[in-house]
Amino acid sequence: MNQLWLTAKLDIVESLRARWFQIYTLVFGGIVALLFVFGLTESRVLGFIGLSRLLVTYIQLTMAILPIFVLITTVRSVAGDREAGVFEYLLSLPVSLSAWFWGKIVGRYLVIFTPVFLAMLGATIWAAIQDIEVPWDMFGYYTALLAVMALCFLGIGMLISAIARSTDMAQGAAFMVWLTLLLFLDLILLGVMIQGKVAPEVAISLALINPLQVFRTAALALFDPQLIVLGPSAFVILDLFGATGYKIFALIYPAVLGLISATVGYLLFRRGDLP
Amino acid sequence: MIHLTKLAKTFRRVRVLDGIDLDIALGERIALIGSNGAGKTTLIRCLLGEYTHDGEVSIAGLNPRRNRTAVLGNIGFVPQLPPPLKMPVGQLIDFSASLCGTDPQRIHTIARRLGLDVNAVNTRQFVRLSGGMKQKLLIAIALGRDAKVLVMDEPAANLDPEARKIFFDLLAERLDDATMIISSHRLDEVSALVNRVIEMDMGKIVLDDKVADNTPLTARLFCRIILKRFEPAFAKALDGWNFKSRDDDSVWEGEIAGPDRLRFLGIVSRYTALVSDLSLSESAA
Repeated sequence: MNQLWLTAKLDIVESLRARWFQIYTLVFGGIVALLFVFGLTESRVLGFIGLSRLLVTYIQLTMAILPIFVLITTVRSVAGDREAGVFEYLLSLPVSLSAWFWGKIVGRYLVIFTPVFLAMLGATIWAAIQDIEVPWDMFGYYTALLAVMALCFLGIGMLISAIARSTDMAQGAAFMVWLTLLLFLDLILLGVMIQGKVAPEVAISLALINPLQVFRTAALALFDPQLIVLGPSAFVILDLFGATGYKIFALIYPAVLGLISATVGYLLFRRGDLP
Repeated sequence: MIHLTKLAKTFRRVRVLDGIDLDIALGERIALIGSNGAGKTTLIRCLLGEYTHDGEVSIAGLNPRRNRTAVLGNIGFVPQLPPPLKMPVGQLIDFSASLCGTDPQRIHTIARRLGLDVNAVNTRQFVRLSGGMKQKLLIAIALGRDAKVLVMDEPAANLDPEARKIFFDLLAERLDDATMIISSHRLDEVSALVNRVIEMDMGKIVLDDKVADNTPLTARLFCRIILKRFEPAFAKALDGWNFKSRDDDSVWEGEIAGPDRLRFLGIVSRYTALVSDLSLSESAA
């Protein structure tokens, strides 16, 4: 356990000094700041006002940015470290491969989740100071959703890093994964369904196994519990899971997907050449 | 201490190590030489348990891949190229010391002996240190613990002559209780450090020979050079070895480490036409 925490700490310190982290923090801090500047807490859309409106916008933006950011920065730094000889040296020290791999994941997870969470927390604290009502249940669920989203894409990123032998390959693969997930978002699936090219069951199944779509639907469900914007698909989802059941599914499935990806990544990492 | 049996490694159908059999005993100091692509680095990575391979590798009876922490706890490693670590020097020392179960002060002490004041660079990023400073720190981390095997890839390449002398002294202190593998593509860089030479080519051992071991690592040689005429470039080179001049820069005197004599003579050989007299005499350590 000591080796794992040492490795996690090491990764945190390395990340805090990396340029990608500064940009990452700036992006999410900047989003919240801009949302305040543009007066989103005062605007009213779909009956949403105050901080809930800001949180809905924030989570939508985060869902668009965080996955590709996490995928690219994870594979770039892990594959880059391997290419630059960092692995050759640090793995010559007596650290177990499990402590090294999972320690990196723990450190990286804290680094990617903390700025996203702090930006949202900062907005909440500011709202509380300004006497704006804080929707705590929404804040809690969105926090959990962000935590799971970070875990899911970090796991996929670590799997890609374990497979790809060069930074270029890893980056290309990460981008392809993100594009594929984008391709199977609801709007595109809907278009394909309308054209009658795939059965509705297939389209809905694809939407349910696509973590990006799962997050999107879960975020929508908070301000549109009947999922009216999804059209007939909502019936399938709500019949299958129920409103609460889907909210739980949206937390458990991506977390399991991330953990399975990370575990497969670890097994491949342990089996192959390290540097 | 180290046993390699039919060790082979293939990268994309290219056989980089081709069935190597090798036994290395405790206390042996091996020069692992060979041109680029001979297989030295691959062999070292197999020893460190970083590469999968065919055949067997055992260090003190343990496989470095299956018993990583136990084996690597006894190996001090200095890479040829320092890794581009962004962490501060202090954290690198603490991280290494914690994993290796050693006191960070041991690493500080060795770094200080090599001429690197760790306290002055404690908060500086490792990657921002000069090449020589990085090398000194990596050597200090490798030697600052009770390693039974020292694996060093061109360890003294970036060191100034003074630091090289101290480096040889540090190695001399470990002669009885450590096995050393020093990799280089030039024998003259390491010949005086070792008592056995293993040359590799195309993934095979093509030479395995003992070396006459008459000069102790701690030996000092007093050197006196008389020049026919002053040459600024040569004076600068000698100044780098801490030589002092007198008689209008025509006589230069200084002390060099015994194991460094071949390297020193290599530098002097470039200015042979300027030298009218040269003497080297062994002095007590």
